[in-house]
Formats: sequence, C-alpha cells, structure tokens
Amino acid sequence: MAGARPRVAIVGAGPAGAFAAACLLRAHGDAEIDLFERLPTPWGLLRGGVAPDHQEIKRLEETFDRQTLKRGCRFLGNVEVGVDVSHGELADHYTAVVYATGAQTDKSLGIPGEQLPGSWAATEFVAWYNGHPDYRELDFDLSARRAAVIGNGNVAADVTRLLTLSVAELERTDIADHALAALRESRIEEVVVLGRRGPAQAAFTSAELRELGRLDGVDARVDAADVELDAVSRRWLAEEGTFTARKNVELLREFAARPARPDAARRIVLRFLRSPVEIRGNGKVEAIDVRRNEIVRTEDGMLRARPVGDDVETIECGLVLRSVGYRAVPLPDVPFDERHFVLPNERGRVLAPDGEALPGVYAVGWIKRGPTGILGTNKRDADETVRCLVEDLVAGALPHPPKPAREQIDALLAERKPDVVAAEDWRAIDRHELERGRSERRPRVKLASRDDLLAAAKRGT
Amino acid sequence: MTYVIAGSCIKDDSCIEVCPVDCIHPKPGARDFETAEQLYIDPEVCIDCDACVEACPVIAIFPDFELPEKFAYALELNAEFFAEHGTAERTAT
Repeated sequence: MAGARPRVAIVGAGPAGAFAAACLLRAHGDAEIDLFERLPTPWGLLRGGVAPDHQEIKRLEETFDRQTLKRGCRFLGNVEVGVDVSHGELADHYTAVVYATGAQTDKSLGIPGEQLPGSWAATEFVAWYNGHPDYRELDFDLSARRAAVIGNGNVAADVTRLLTLSVAELERTDIADHALAALRESRIEEVVVLGRRGPAQAAFTSAELRELGRLDGVDARVDAADVELDAVSRRWLAEEGTFTARKNVELLREFAARPARPDAARRIVLRFLRSPVEIRGNGKVEAIDVRRNEIVRTEDGMLRARPVGDDVETIECGLVLRSVGYRAVPLPDVPFDERHFVLPNERGRVLAPDGEALPGVYAVGWIKRGPTGILGTNKRDADETVRCLVEDLVAGALPHPPKPAREQIDALLAERKPDVVAAEDWRAIDRHELERGRSERRPRVKLASRDDLLAAAKRGT
Repeated sequence: MTYVIAGSCIKDDSCIEVCPVDCIHPKPGARDFETAEQLYIDPEVCIDCDACVEACPVIAIFPDFELPEKFAYALELNAEFFAEHGTAERTAT
C-alpha cells in the first residue's frame, strides 16, 4: 500500500495527544488521525487540571481545536482503549498507535493514617473541582478550621488557592457547580502548606507563589526563621540556583516581613523542612504529625531532606491533601517500565522487552518522559515523537494494518460503543456549557456527569 | 515601551519563532531553558511589533501599557531576567 495515507491512532486527547496530532498534521498533511479519549470531552488536564481561576491558560483549547479537529483529525470520545477496544485491535486498524495517556494516579506518602477519611490526593480534589465526571461524587469534608497541603509544587499551590479564594472570586470561574456549592459552605480558615525541603528548593513557580501572597482577604504567612537559609542552601542558591528559585526566596522573605493581618478572613501558612510522619484521627483525619528536616548534599550532588531528631509536632486539621507527584499506570498489552513508570521508549519509539523498537507503537507526554514539565514542554516532546514516526513511515518500517479502512474501525466501534462522542458532539457540549456560562456571567458552566455530557452531545445542533 | 510576558506563559515557543529581533529567551536548547518557568522579553531589544501576542496560544503577553494589575510585577521581572545575561550574549551562545 505504498502511497496510501497513513492512519494514526492517538490514545488520549490531553495536551500531549493534541500537540502530537497538530505536529503530525504539519509534517504529514494527509495523515488520517483518530484521537481516542476515554472521557466525552477533549484536552485532558487543560480542562480537568488547570485551575479554574487560570482562564488565560485555558485559551490554549482554541489552538488545539484549530490545529487538530478543524484540520480533519477525528475525535473519538467516550472510548477507552484497553476496555472498549484493545491495543491489538488498534494495531490491526492503524499504521501507528501513539500513546498519550499521561500519568493517571498519584504518589502516596507511605505513612500511617494515609487511608483515613479526610486524607486525599490533591489530584482527586483538582479533578473534583474541575468537573471530571469520575470524581463528582467525592465528598470532601470542609467543616474543619484547618487543612494541610503536603507538597511544594504548583498542584499544591492550586489546591491551596482554591481552598482560600473567596466565593465571589470562585463564582467568576468555571469551577464545577458541585464544588462551588461545597466551597461556599467551607469553614476552612487556615491552610498549612508543608514542604519537605527548604524555601530555596520549593518547586512552585514564582508566579504561583506570588499569587498565594496576593489573594484578596487572605494572609500568607511564613515564619522569618523558616526563610533563613542553611549554609548548604545558601551556597546552592548563589552558585546553581535558578532564576525561579532566587525569586521564590525573595518572595518568601517579603511574606515573612509583612505584618500579620489578623482581620484577614483566611490564612495560608507556608512551612518548610517538615515531613509528615503520621496522619491521625478517630475514624477520620484529626491531625497530622510532622518532623523536622535539614538539607544535606548527597554524593550525587543532589540536595536532599534528612530528618533531624525525633521531635514530632502535631498540627490539628480535618483535611489533608497530598501533592507529592503523579505516577503513570500500566496499559494493557503494552510494555511498561515499572521502575520509571513510563512506557519504555527511545525518543518516543516504544521498546519491546528485548530493547528493540515495537514497530508502529509510540509514546508522547508524561507516559513517555514521566510527569515533568509544563504544557508547552509537550510541544517539543511531540515534535520528537512525530519525527520518529515520520522517519519510520518514510523508511517503510511501519507494518501495513490488515484492516486499514476507516469504515472498518467505525463498524467495530459502532458495535461496541454506540455513544462515541465525535467532534461535532463535543462542539454541542462546548456550546451548551459556554451558553450556560454566558447566562451566569462565568467563562463556562461545566457539565460534570457522563450522562449530562452525553445528553448534551446527543441534543446536538 | 515594551511587551511583557506574564506568569500564564506555558513555554510554548511560538513567540520565539515569530520574534523578528530575537528578544525572547531562554530559547529551546539554551542552558536554562528547561528550568525556566516562563519565557521573558528583553525590554531593551523589543520593537513593539505585536507578532508575539498574535502567536501566543494563551493570554500571556501584553504591551506594558495594557498589563493587567495582577501581572504588573512582570514588567520588572522580564527586565530582571536579562540583567545577568543580555540578549546579545544569549543569542550568541
């Protein structure tokens, strides 16, 4: 079938999948691309991860739409690869399969009490407030005065902000209605953010940290002693510190120098060099025990936190959100690197256990490189994967699928999944949500259940 | 005047590709590109052509006179990024 149009399945319509589709269409304008997505809605964490008060970033969906769906790439939403259709079947129908499934679970702390009601992964809270249909039923108890957030990255900053933003500000966002209702009744007055390492090693971007210090009616506190850098960190910051790390330390010093604002409705308390050792409570979270750390430089040159002494401090709280990293989960019938939690790959070519490339199987995004980088990182990541795919195509290294006609995969899907959400169905959902948003003076009002999403898709044009 | 990149930058490099005077840094491949949380515009070199605003897929770039209050800090921040290594030095490497 020399000269035939390559047919490519991309699994996962998040940013990595979208950038890959766009890049492939630029490189190979006649490629037929099917973008599989287990949710009825596209764009992954752009919709379900990026915080609702960061609408400037959500604008990226227009670029994704323009560069993919409007250029003939098909959206096959509400289809779960590995459940509704297998990897083997995709291989039968497509010239190449590109996995862009991200990192779907979170790292645990591995401490006692982590399973108590009231202890959650921050990502569950994020999925809940962003209207991910699989998380809408979660019941976050916001009746305690204090919450603890474990971690010092941007997800930790996002959930801290969402717990402290005023109702008036939340009402101007596209936060899910069920989350808005729950946060309206929230009695949380203080969020303690615990960092394992010091201020110089915090993984927040300075933009996110600065925001925490600028929220209306929120007093962001950090103890002056906590921003005194130890000798190791001081030297690291001067010699190797990034622009962001220096900004973060500057910002934290500013926060520490501000007078306390006892009149503020809510308070964010940033604590550093503290590791949780146990979450305690009778039937639900009531407190978290933390231990002090110091920064040491290990033999590999990395700065790590090491516990100092046995003193344990108890912080009373009714909610714990842990945000210490994401982790990918294995996919059925595809090799998985259990040590690095990625698909074993070389520049995006997925490798068989013998180390040879599996012809026609690729990875992009977090499932390829691990959960690092920001949205734009996926663009360059996608460039690399697509370059390999096109090279293989040109070299004739890709197998000819036995069932290459579009009608064949459509027939299979029609049999298995009568409610596939196509691009025009998604547009109906999108229009519906935007119209409701207009009537409520919000950017969008999300439909947050599969039934509602599928009903809006079917009502259609 | 100058254009300014704010914290909503996602490090998509579309702006770098269209900048006619090469004043947006760090560029992919530069030593500090991976660790940079956003891209920055050198106010000393920017010619206010607006090409980057057109190319930006999110809302991250503003002319200084239209910078929203919540991003006001970014004017100084962009300049500060180039205080250590100016555009000429960055572009040469």
